[in-house]
Amino acid sequence: MRAIARLNVILILVLLGAALLVVGAQHRARALLLEIEREQDRMRALEVEWGQLQLEQSTWAAHARVERIARERLEMRLPAAGQLVAVEPKAAQ
Amino acid sequence: MKFSESPLLSRLVPPRRGRVLLLMLMGCFVALLARAFYLQTMRNDFLQQKGESRYSRVLELSATRGRILDRQGDVLAVSTPVKSVWAIPEDARLAPAGLRRLASILGTSARELTRILASDKDFVYLQRQVPPDVAARVEALRLPGIHQSREFRRYYPSGEVVAQLLGFTGVEDGGQEGIELAFDAQLAGKPGSRRVIKDRRGNIVEDVESIRSPREGRDIVLALDAKIQYMAYAAIRQAVEEHRAAAAGAVVLDAKTGEILAMANLPTYNPNNRGRLSGAQLRNRAVTDTFEPGSTLKPFTIALALDQERVRFDTPIDTRPGRLTIGNATISDSHPNGVLTVAQVIQKSSNVGAARIALGAQPEDMWGMFARLGFGEPLKLGFPGEAGGRLRPWQHWRPIEQATMAYGHGISVSLIQLARGYLAFARDGEILPLSLTRLDAPPPGGVQVFSVRTAREVRTMLEMAAGPEGTAPKARVPGYRVAGKTGTAHKLAGGRYAERYVASFVGFAPVSDPRLVVAVMIDEPTVGGYYGGQIAAPVFSRVMGGALRALGVRPDAPEQAVHEAPGGQSAPPAAGPAAIRISYPQRGLR
Repeated sequence: MRAIARLNVILILVLLGAALLVVGAQHRARALLLEIEREQDRMRALEVEWGQLQLEQSTWAAHARVERIARERLEMRLPAAGQLVAVEPKAAQ
Repeated sequence: MKFSESPLLSRLVPPRRGRVLLLMLMGCFVALLARAFYLQTMRNDFLQQKGESRYSRVLELSATRGRILDRQGDVLAVSTPVKSVWAIPEDARLAPAGLRRLASILGTSARELTRILASDKDFVYLQRQVPPDVAARVEALRLPGIHQSREFRRYYPSGEVVAQLLGFTGVEDGGQEGIELAFDAQLAGKPGSRRVIKDRRGNIVEDVESIRSPREGRDIVLALDAKIQYMAYAAIRQAVEEHRAAAAGAVVLDAKTGEILAMANLPTYNPNNRGRLSGAQLRNRAVTDTFEPGSTLKPFTIALALDQERVRFDTPIDTRPGRLTIGNATISDSHPNGVLTVAQVIQKSSNVGAARIALGAQPEDMWGMFARLGFGEPLKLGFPGEAGGRLRPWQHWRPIEQATMAYGHGISVSLIQLARGYLAFARDGEILPLSLTRLDAPPPGGVQVFSVRTAREVRTMLEMAAGPEGTAPKARVPGYRVAGKTGTAHKLAGGRYAERYVASFVGFAPVSDPRLVVAVMIDEPTVGGYYGGQIAAPVFSRVMGGALRALGVRPDAPEQAVHEAPGGQSAPPAAGPAAIRISYPQRGLR
């Protein structure tokens, strides 16, 4: 009789412990979910920013702008044909 | 009298009544149990739904439309999220101060907003496609009944340079024109949705299920090279301004793969700001408009005659006296040439010579050649509104028609068809299907139109035409051997040829191993002449020279270049290095 009573007490304690662990796990799962949501939001925000940066990059690198700066500010020009020397690539050897 | 002494109690109640009462009470319990069973197991979805609606939410997962990239990966079109500001008019009871502030942020007037909000609809848009920073300022006002939703706006960084080819999307982000329409199925994303459980504060506490996973739009990589496209655009714009032309177009093809490297059109528009648009600006003329090509068709006539061995390159053709009368129509040359060889017919661009050579061919053979070149039938690039041009069935040809077709009248083609036809000369007689998208290998399905020998002979003649004795010395590119043909065609107006012209030039380079085909068309030049050799050839030279340099194609005529550098600006700076070293790696066009 006494052995059975002791076993019952132990089982109750195990049950309590398991219940507490379930609660803890559930809490952690929610916290992690919250975190992943936040990170996904951040990902979307970064994607938006990336799109805008791509736009900005292509605006700065617009061929018309590059040509204007090259010609006017840097005073570059196309080399005349006689100034060109063709150099064979090394890979061809 | 006490209750216990009541005489009524002393009367015996019949036991049957007690049993009936018991049965009735039991009956009630059974009814209750049955109802409970019914609600909890048989029809539980209604209640469950009610319960779920307190905490479960369906979230929309938006999908972005794919980007359009050029062959080097430069962005030509990209979608970025913007906000739409909308209102529930019934809820939006705004104080005048709030209304004025909202109007100034959105850039409209308070009166306009009042008018929209006076609507009796449940839902009105105040403004669509608002930039994110403006949307944030609207949100900061915290006005009742004013809401925002997320949508996408398409931006085109290259603006008017590639406008007609790319097309544009509508306010719902669906393709409406050009590539955006042609490749809409791949570009468009499919929005998805998922069900989640939210707590009181709106945080997601559990991911229940994914109802539909979103599918992001795929990127499209075009064959287009943004650099070459810009050069083509800049060159035709300069020509249109210089010669006060009505319209212009230029096409650059890769002779090795049939890829379309550039396709520029004027007039154009800014796809990012489509306020007032006319059909003339929207059309991608190189593909959708046809014109009578004029002399640019002569090389095909000659090639057919060479192929059938009716003539050799040095067969004399009598073009005297510069006129040829067939029936009651007369064909004439701009200046009489006397007796020419076949090669000189191309070089001097003699209408009479070409007509005489064409009249020796069977109409069926000539028609067959044009059909194999793809004339008279849309190219099926997948581009909306492709034109096929006019090529009448040979059974109904009259001799005068056959003669005029020899020099490109009575037949019409689009600029892209014409450029594709010249692939036959640039590629030893074979033409390829064209591609709007980048290819990694030459496509199958080439058609051999002429024999290799014929193609090479015509190539030599075309090089002569672009030479100092030809009709288009202005087409030359320093450092490279170029070949090509001018075209000057009368325009039809109301069924008659008017004093209006289309100047064109189609050619390829370098002649030793043709890499590019460039076709240029200038519509109705009014200042500074109208001949293809004066108007279109310099544009060809600029585009071809720039494109060959951009691709790092090895010059095949360096000696000639030293002597024929373009006049005036070629003197090297005194203190500068004598030669600028440029390496030409075998850069594959990827």
